[in-house]
Amino acid sequence: MAVGSGAESYIAAFDQLTSDRTAPGSLQAARRAAFEQFAALGFPTRKNEDWHFTSVSPITDEEFVLMPSPSGDVRRDELDPFRFGATDWSTMVFVNGRYAPELSDCESLPAGVKVRDLASAWSANAAVVERIGTIADSEIHSFTALNGAFMQDGAVVEIASDTEAQTPIHLLFITDANAAKGMMHPRNLIVIGRNAKATIVESYVSTTNAMYLTNAVTEVSVAEGATLQHFKIQREAGRAFHVGTVEVDQARDSHYVSFSLAMGAALSRSNIYTRLNGEGSGATLNGLYMIEDEQISDHQTQVIHAQPNTFSRELYKGVLDGRSHGVFNGKVYVHPIAQKTDGKQTNKTLLLSSTAHVDTKPQLEIFADDVKCTHGATIGQIDATALFYLKSRGIENGLARRLLTYAFAADVLETIEVEEIRKSLELMSLERFV
Amino acid sequence: MSLLVIKDLEARVSDKPILKGLSLTVEAGTVHAVMGPNGSGKSTLAQVLAGNPAYEVTGGSVTYDGKDLLSMEPEVRAQSGVFLAFQYPIEIPGVSNAYFLRAAYNEKLKAQGKEEVDPLEFADLMEQKLAMVEMDSAMLTRSVNTGFSGGEKKRNEILQMAVLEPRLAILDETDSGLDIDALRIVSDGVNQLRRPDNATIVVTHYQRLLNYIVPDFVHVLANGQILKSGGKDLALELEEKGYDWVTHPNASAPLGAGVA
Repeated sequence: MAVGSGAESYIAAFDQLTSDRTAPGSLQAARRAAFEQFAALGFPTRKNEDWHFTSVSPITDEEFVLMPSPSGDVRRDELDPFRFGATDWSTMVFVNGRYAPELSDCESLPAGVKVRDLASAWSANAAVVERIGTIADSEIHSFTALNGAFMQDGAVVEIASDTEAQTPIHLLFITDANAAKGMMHPRNLIVIGRNAKATIVESYVSTTNAMYLTNAVTEVSVAEGATLQHFKIQREAGRAFHVGTVEVDQARDSHYVSFSLAMGAALSRSNIYTRLNGEGSGATLNGLYMIEDEQISDHQTQVIHAQPNTFSRELYKGVLDGRSHGVFNGKVYVHPIAQKTDGKQTNKTLLLSSTAHVDTKPQLEIFADDVKCTHGATIGQIDATALFYLKSRGIENGLARRLLTYAFAADVLETIEVEEIRKSLELMSLERFV
Repeated sequence: MSLLVIKDLEARVSDKPILKGLSLTVEAGTVHAVMGPNGSGKSTLAQVLAGNPAYEVTGGSVTYDGKDLLSMEPEVRAQSGVFLAFQYPIEIPGVSNAYFLRAAYNEKLKAQGKEEVDPLEFADLMEQKLAMVEMDSAMLTRSVNTGFSGGEKKRNEILQMAVLEPRLAILDETDSGLDIDALRIVSDGVNQLRRPDNATIVVTHYQRLLNYIVPDFVHVLANGQILKSGGKDLALELEEKGYDWVTHPNASAPLGAGVA
């Protein structure tokens, strides 16, 4: 087997994983195919345009072992800080990448809403697993291929046609001290039926400060007329690495609403890719990254307008302190037939220190002639006049700066329709840089 | 002891000298109007007293309540009772007026070694303060000054003043952009806050505001200095004769020049 840059150190772990003869044959075959793709691709270098601003060498310099299974000693009360104060959500908890039914609450799901863990779905030979790998592209994205090679577990969420899931479904991935020096490759599948409506929250959090790697892939299918609100909350341990890819396939008149929060991890990369495959479909991709010290947060969004009369709205905001480095790369492709495309992209960054920096790169490729596509990016600092205004009311410097940071993030947080999440994130933006 | 003693104050902004030896003494229980043509240094005086770091003090002294005001941080000045009503209040999206006012109020209580108030206690306090500036409580849930009309912004400044109950209030062009109703409301608010132990400096270009907030003393500021001081009648004289009458006493001033 030809082995690309950095892939060799994953061979031993792969052999260990595939030596388990009890795994379903179709899963083993999928893993092998993905590992071959990964081996051929290798890890991306900064010569790869998609990774120009972020070096993955902190990840490739480490040797990760598969997180032990079963693993973890997480107690129920340790999950509370990550629940956004909500008590009535359905929650699937994954500890160190493996489903933990004893910590999960999925009893009160309405009719038409089905959730299960990927490992069980695969063992049961469920038809739905055939969709795994059909939405996420492992031919060009090496982390997606790597995920496919090592996928073991994850969430499978199916919302039947014409079903409205009233309360959010929370997929809570938590790591504990047993995750140290380990890697997990969660693979999630979300299938939203015709005219259905759901809210799904995907959280990556930790009770530890261990070094580990999360490499998650979530495949999403949104059928005709359906709406999915999808939150990705990245609050990994401070020394951890996080690569998360969401790939979405949208049918006619569907609406995909994404909010991505990146606060944790030493290095994180979040890919949000959606393909508007049906006329009248649209995507709203919003996000906020708040990092400090030596943290690196990289977001790459991609909207493919493949059909006429599709729309996309993007608002990403970043707050950078210390020596942190933020990256935003927003790709928009408009196919030749995608006339009347309406796209708007905005990226704004607030630098709280003179040593933080951001790379922002809008990337529009438009092949239709009757379209409206705009983009804008700003980089700024705390406004001195506003700071003085607050201080002139007796508000001390630290609180004044935090209030203005919060004010900066306010408009993107206001787009969040789930009140519990909005309030939690407002508080986080107020208290992040104390 | 005088509440405020400004002596030979010199200040500049981006290397341009603006205040050139300004002296002014303000006793508790009085209202002083500082008038002057555009560019005379009125706003600079207001900003320097509040401690805006964009203005550099290059000479002179300011003693407030017996203390060296210029050595105090802006937030400490505010906690000690100095308040500046801004000519152009700043919008702070996402931060509610209620949160902002309570944060400011609590900072003052903290500085005085008192217990902070919780949102419920604060709501009671706000009821009477809102009435003073004829504001609806809905204003409290809106973001600070965000999307406010010019009049609403100025009323919001006076609301903050009512909450913080300063010992020295400086009103910087508070009348600009106000219609007659808003002007009356704002002035009524300021007048209700007058007490024997506090003082107000009204900085204005026009005499109009002084019909509502009647000053004990009027000073003409031009070219960075107080050129003339007098009683409230001086404002009327300025209205009639224009600033040139003071700034260029030997030239024959055209009637009403520089005064709207």
